[in-house]
Amino acid sequence: MAEIVTKSMAKGLYYGGSLFFILVFLGLTFHTISLAIPTRDHRDQLNPAVVAGKLVWEKYDCIGCHTLIGEGAYFAPELGNVYKRRGGEFVKAWIQGQPTHVTGRRQMPQLNLTEEELNDLVEFLKWSSEVNTENWPPNVEG
Amino acid sequence: MKYSSQAVAKPYFIAAIALFVGQIVFGLIMGLQYVIGDFLFPYLPFNIARLVHTNLLIVWILFGFMGAAYYLIPEEAERELYSPKLAIALFWAFLVTGVLTILGYLFISYAKLAEVTGNQFWPTMGREFLEQPLITKMGIVIVVLGFIFNLLMTVLQGRKTAINTVFLTGFIGLAALFLFAFYNPHNLVLDKFYWWWVVHLWVEGTWELILGAMFAFVTLKLTGVDRDVVEKWLYLIVGTALMSGIIGIGHHYFWIGPPAYWQWWGSLFSAFEPIPFFLMILFAFYMVNHRRHQHPNQVATLWLLGTAVMSFLGAGVWGFLQTLAPVNYYTHGTQVTAAHGHLSFYGAYAMIVLTMISYAMPKLQGREANSNKAQVTEMWSFWLMTVSMVFITLFLTAAGIVQVYLQRATDTPLPYMTVQDKIAVFYWMREGAALIFTIGVVVYLISFFVDKKERVTT
Repeated sequence: MAEIVTKSMAKGLYYGGSLFFILVFLGLTFHTISLAIPTRDHRDQLNPAVVAGKLVWEKYDCIGCHTLIGEGAYFAPELGNVYKRRGGEFVKAWIQGQPTHVTGRRQMPQLNLTEEELNDLVEFLKWSSEVNTENWPPNVEG
Repeated sequence: MKYSSQAVAKPYFIAAIALFVGQIVFGLIMGLQYVIGDFLFPYLPFNIARLVHTNLLIVWILFGFMGAAYYLIPEEAERELYSPKLAIALFWAFLVTGVLTILGYLFISYAKLAEVTGNQFWPTMGREFLEQPLITKMGIVIVVLGFIFNLLMTVLQGRKTAINTVFLTGFIGLAALFLFAFYNPHNLVLDKFYWWWVVHLWVEGTWELILGAMFAFVTLKLTGVDRDVVEKWLYLIVGTALMSGIIGIGHHYFWIGPPAYWQWWGSLFSAFEPIPFFLMILFAFYMVNHRRHQHPNQVATLWLLGTAVMSFLGAGVWGFLQTLAPVNYYTHGTQVTAAHGHLSFYGAYAMIVLTMISYAMPKLQGREANSNKAQVTEMWSFWLMTVSMVFITLFLTAAGIVQVYLQRATDTPLPYMTVQDKIAVFYWMREGAALIFTIGVVVYLISFFVDKKERVTT
C-alpha cells in the first residue's frame, strides 16, 4: 500500500483537507452562534443576577467537584438541573449547612457565601436548568 | 547530539518529569478521596487536588513538547537554535510561573486567589482546566510566543522539513486557540461553546500535529527509514487527524445548548477520529520491521510502539466507545468519560513525551543509548505504568457503566451519591492499580540513576 499514495498526495490531503474542513467548521459555527443558539438559550432572561451568579460559580471553582450540564469533575452531583431537582431554597440551605462532617463521607467546604451571592448563584442555576439541552440529562437525578 | 544548542532541551525534560511525579501524587490523593471522602479535608478539598492534578498534567506535557522542540528543531533545520539564552530564560519564566501558581492553589483558598489576582476585573478563572489566574494565563502566552519566535527564526534560516513545519504549525495553532481562554462570555452556552475551542482543538487538533511530528522524528531516527516515506506517513496521520477532529468537536456540542444537528456532525466525524491513531500503529510497526539499522536504544523503540498502541486504545477506541450521540446521551459526564481521559492522555501525550525523553536524554548526555541495565530498568517502568493504566481505565469504565445503569438508563433512577456508594469497589480497585502505577513511576526515576555508561558510542 506504500506506493499507492505518494508524499505529495499526502501533503495535499493534509493542507487541502484541513483547510476545507476548517471552512466547513467556520460555516457551521456561524450558523450555530448567530442563528441557532439565540433561539435556544433564552438569553432574554440573562439578567444581572444570573451574570453575577456565574461569577460566584467560577470564583469558588464549583466545577472542580461538580458537573454543570455534564461537564466538570465527577466527584459530586450534576448541578445543571439541580434547580429542578431540589429547588432554590434547598440549594441555599445545603450550601450553608456544609460541611456535614460525616466521617468518611465526601465533604463540601463551607464557602461563607453572602445572602446576595447565594441568591445570584441560585438564579444562575435556574437559568442553566432552562437551556435547551435536547432533553439531557435522561432523568432528574442528573 | 549534533548541535550544542540542543542541550537546552535537558532542563525542560527534567522539569517535565518532576511535574509528572507531582501529578501522580495528587492523583493518588484524589483516588483515595473518592472512597474516603473526608481524606485530608478541609486542608486539601477535592477540587484543589483535582486542579493541581490536571494543571500539572498540562504543564508537564507542555514542558515535554518544548523540550522536544529544542531537541528536534535544530536537528531538522540543520543549524543551531536561534537563541539558546532565550530558551533558558523562558524555561525559568515558565517554571517559576507554574510553581507559584500551584503554590497559590495549595496555600490560599481559590476564591482568595481569584480576588488577589484581580479576577473580578477580567473573569477567566473557575472554568475546568482554565483555572489559572489571569496573570498566569498571560505568562503562558508570553512563554509560548517567545518559544515560537525562537523556533520560527531557527527554521526560517534553516532547512524546512515536514517534521519541523508540522510541529511549528501545531504550536502556533495551540497558541492561537489559547487566546479563547481569555474570552469568557456571561452566557454559559457561549462560554462552553468557545471553551471547547481551547480544550478540544488542543487535544484533538493542534496537539496531534505536535504528537505526529515528534512520533515521525523518533521513528526516523530509530529506524533509519527513508525520510520521504516517514514524512508521507506524517502527512497522512496529521491530515486525517484534522479532517476528522475539527468537526469532531461536535461530539461536545450534543447537550450543552447548540442545535441538534451537531449530533449528526459530531457522531459522524468523530467516528473517523480513530483513523490517524490506527495509521500510527501501521506506520510504527511497518517502519520498525523495515528498519535499516539496529538502534542500540531499544527502550525508546518500546516507548514508540507503546505510544502507537496505547493512543489508539485510549484516544481511538475509548473515545469511540462514547462518541455516538445515542450512547453519549447516557455516558456524558460519567466515569466513562474519566476512563477515556486517563487512557488517552497517558497513551498519546504522556507516552510520546516519555518516548522523546527516552530517545533524547542519552544523546544529550553524549551516548547513543544507555547501558543494558538502565534500559531494562526503564522497560520495567514502561510495563508497570502502561499495564496499570489499562487497569485504571478498565475499573473506571466498569464504574461508569454501572453508574449509567443505576442512575440514568433505568426506570427507577437512584440519586448520584447512592450510586457512588454502590460503585465504591471499583474505585478501590482503581486506587490499587494507581499504586502499581506509582511504583512504575519510582522505577522510572530509578532508571536515571542506575549505571548508564557501560556502552559509549558517540
